[in-house]
Amino acid sequence: MLETIWFILWGVLWAGYFMLDGFDLGVGTLMPFLARSDLERRLMYNATGPFWDGNEVWLITAGGATFAAFPRTYAVMFSGLYTALLLILFALIVRGVAFEFRGKEESPTWRRVWDTCFFVGSFLPALLLGVAFANIFKGLPLDAKGIYRGTVFTLLNPYGILGGLLFVLLFLVHGALWLAVKTGGELQERAGSLAGGLWYLLLVVAVAFLVASRFATGLYSNYYETPLFFVIPLLAVVGLVLTKLFVVQKSWWRAWFASSLTIVSCTFFGVVGLYPNMIPSSIDPGYSLTIFNSSSSPLTLKIMLAVALVFVPIVVVYQVWTYRLFRDRVTEKDLGYEEAY
Amino acid sequence: MDAVLLSRLQFAVATFFHFLFVPLTLGLSILTAIYETIYVRTGDEEYKRMAKFWGRLFLINFALGIVTGITLEFQFGTNWSRYSEYVGDIFGSLLATEATVAFFLESTFIAVWHFGWRRLSPRAHCVTIWLVAIASNVSALWILLANGWMQHPVGYVIKNGRAELASFAAVVTNPFGWLEFLHTVSGAYILSGFFVMGVSAYHLLRRRNISFFTRSFRVALAFALVFSLLEVVEGHIHGAEVARTQPAKLAAMESLWDTQARAPMALFLIPSPGRERNLVEVGRIPGLLSLLAYSDSGAVVKGLKDFPRDERPPVTITFLAFRLMVGLGILFVLLLVAGWFLRNRLVESSRYLRIMLWAIPLPYLALELGWTVAEVGRQPWIVYGLMKTSDAVSPISPGQVGVSLVAFILLYGFLGLVDFYLLAKYARKGPEPAPVETN
Repeated sequence: MLETIWFILWGVLWAGYFMLDGFDLGVGTLMPFLARSDLERRLMYNATGPFWDGNEVWLITAGGATFAAFPRTYAVMFSGLYTALLLILFALIVRGVAFEFRGKEESPTWRRVWDTCFFVGSFLPALLLGVAFANIFKGLPLDAKGIYRGTVFTLLNPYGILGGLLFVLLFLVHGALWLAVKTGGELQERAGSLAGGLWYLLLVVAVAFLVASRFATGLYSNYYETPLFFVIPLLAVVGLVLTKLFVVQKSWWRAWFASSLTIVSCTFFGVVGLYPNMIPSSIDPGYSLTIFNSSSSPLTLKIMLAVALVFVPIVVVYQVWTYRLFRDRVTEKDLGYEEAY
Repeated sequence: MDAVLLSRLQFAVATFFHFLFVPLTLGLSILTAIYETIYVRTGDEEYKRMAKFWGRLFLINFALGIVTGITLEFQFGTNWSRYSEYVGDIFGSLLATEATVAFFLESTFIAVWHFGWRRLSPRAHCVTIWLVAIASNVSALWILLANGWMQHPVGYVIKNGRAELASFAAVVTNPFGWLEFLHTVSGAYILSGFFVMGVSAYHLLRRRNISFFTRSFRVALAFALVFSLLEVVEGHIHGAEVARTQPAKLAAMESLWDTQARAPMALFLIPSPGRERNLVEVGRIPGLLSLLAYSDSGAVVKGLKDFPRDERPPVTITFLAFRLMVGLGILFVLLLVAGWFLRNRLVESSRYLRIMLWAIPLPYLALELGWTVAEVGRQPWIVYGLMKTSDAVSPISPGQVGVSLVAFILLYGFLGLVDFYLLAKYARKGPEPAPVETN
C-alpha cells in the first residue's frame, strides 16, 4: 500500500515538473523562431523570469523522491541512462545561467551566446525527457542484476523518438500559451496563433503516440483490466480539445490550464499504465523493476510520506502565491527596471 | 584508468566547483538580509542600496550555485548507483527532505526578492530575503546530515542486503552531522565576511562611496569575527569527534604512524607514506595531540601502522590540507581582530585594506581544503566502515565517464571564468548612485 501511495506521489512530482517547467522549456525552444528583436527576446526571458527556478525544483524533488522511495529504480535509471541524463543536466545548467548572465553585458555577441544556450538548454531536456520516458514505458534492456545492456543509441528507436517529439510539442504549445498569457501586443498575437498552428501537429503526434503505445508497450494492460482508468487518456484528449477551443476564443489563461490538463493526464497515462512496474525489462519481464522490488523500507516510506504530506501542500500554496503576485503581463516598461533580465 | 578513479575525479570536480559558490550563498544571503533589515528599521536609504548592491553580487553567484547543485544529486545515481542502492533508504531520504523542505523555499523566494521590490511592502520584501537565507542554511543542514551519515553512519540496520533505516531520530541528531554543519556554515560566514570586506576595501582604497563601504565593511567584520572565534572552538570539538569516530582519518591528519600514549604534535613535518614514517619532524610537543584529541595529555592515540594498509586514507593530501586549513583559520582570526581595532579608521588604514582585498581568495581555499580533509580523509570508505568507494561505482564504462569528465571540466571552466568576470565587473562598478534629493 505504502509503495502504491509513493508511486502515485512519484507521478504527481513528475507531472508537476512537466506542467510547470514545461512552459519554461517551451518558451526557450520557441525563442529563435518567435522573437524578432532584442526587446522581444527580453520579454520572453522576463515572462518566465520569476518562475523558472522554483519550477526546476520539481525536477530535483522528483529525482530526490525516486532516490528516497525507490533507490533501486533511481540507481538503475540514472546509471542506465547515463549519457542522456548528463546531457539533460548540462542543458539545464546552461539554461539556468543564461537567465542571469545574458543581460549583464551589452555586446550582441555575448547575448547571442546566451540566447543559443537558452535555446539548446530548453530544447534538449524537452526532447530527451520525452525519449527517456517513452523508453521507460517501452522497457529498457535490463539484465537479471538490473544492469543496462544497451547504449545511448538504443534509446533512439522510433517509439522513443516519437515520445521525444510529443514532449517537445506539448511544451511548445504550453510555452506559446504562456507567452500569450504574459505578454501583449504583437508578440502575444504571434505566440497565440503559433500555439493554434502547433496544436494540429501536437494532435497528430499525440494520437500517433497513443496508438503506438498499444504496439510498442504494455501500458494498456492495466486499462483493459480496469476500464475506468480510460478516463485518464480521455482527460488528455479533453484537455487537448479544450486547448484549441480556448485558443480560438483567445482566452489565454483557460487555454494554458487546458494545456496543463493535457500534460498532467499524459504523464498519468504512462504512470498508471506502468504500475506496478517502474522500469520494465525488455529482456525478461521477470527482471523488471517494480515498486515492490525497488522500494525503500516501510519506515523510510512512512517518514518520507509524512514529510511530503506536510511540505508539498505548503510548497503549492507559496508557489501559487508567487504566480498571483507576478500575474501581470510583462511590458516594455518592466524591462526598464534594473532587476529585469 | 578505471570507472572508479574517473568517477572520483568527476565527483571531485563537481563538488569543488559547486563549493566555490555555496558558501557565499549561505553567508551573503544573511548579510544582505541584515542590510535590508537595518533599512526597514531605520529608513536609511543607504542600507537599501547596500541590500541591492550586495544582493546583485549574491544573485550572480547564486545562479551557478543552484545549477551545479543539481549535478551532485544526479551523480549519486549516474556514477555511484551501487552506493545509491545500498544506502538510498537513508541517504536518499535526507536529500529528498532537503529538496522538499528547503530548496523549494529558497528557489521560489529568491525570485520574489529579486523581482518584488515594487510589489511588496518594504517589510514583506525584507521577509523574503530572510526566507532565502534561512532556507539556504536549512538546506545546508540536511545535506551535511547526509554527508555526516557517510562519515559516521548511525541509526541503521543491515537488512535485505542494504543499509535500512532503524532510527530516523538517530540520523537527524547525528552529532557528526551537526558538527559538520556548524563547521561549514561558520566557514561560509567567514568567507562571506571576507568577500564583503575585500570588495569594500577595493572601493575604500579608491575613496569611493566611503560611507557606503565603511558601513558594509563594519557589519561584515562583526559577522565574520564572531564566527571565526566560534570556528576555533567548534574546530576543536570537531577534531575530538573525528578522533572518536574516525581514528584513521585523525592519524592521517596528523601523520601519526605509531600508536602511542602522550602522542606529540610537531610544528613542522613531512610525511613519507612509503616508509611509514615522517621524513622531518621539527618542534615536537609531547602529549599535545593526545590532549587535543582526548582532553588528556596521556591518552593513547592510534597510529596509521595499526590500520591495515588498505584502510588508510592518502596521508600526504589529508595532512597537508588539514595543516593549511588550520593555519588559514588562525590567520583569519588575526586579520579580523586587527580589523576590529581599525574599524573606526578604515579609510586611513590603507595597508590593512590592501591585505583584506587580496585576502578574498583565502577563505575559499580554506573551505575547499576542509572538504579535502573530510572526503579524502574518509577514503577508502564511501560510508565509513560500511562500504568502500571501490564497491560503490555504477556498472558503467570508463569511456562514458571519461567523456563526461572532460565535458564537465570544459563547461565548468568556461562558466567559472564568466561568473568570476561578472562578479569582478559588478563588484568594481559599485552601487547605483543615491537618488538626487529634490527640494
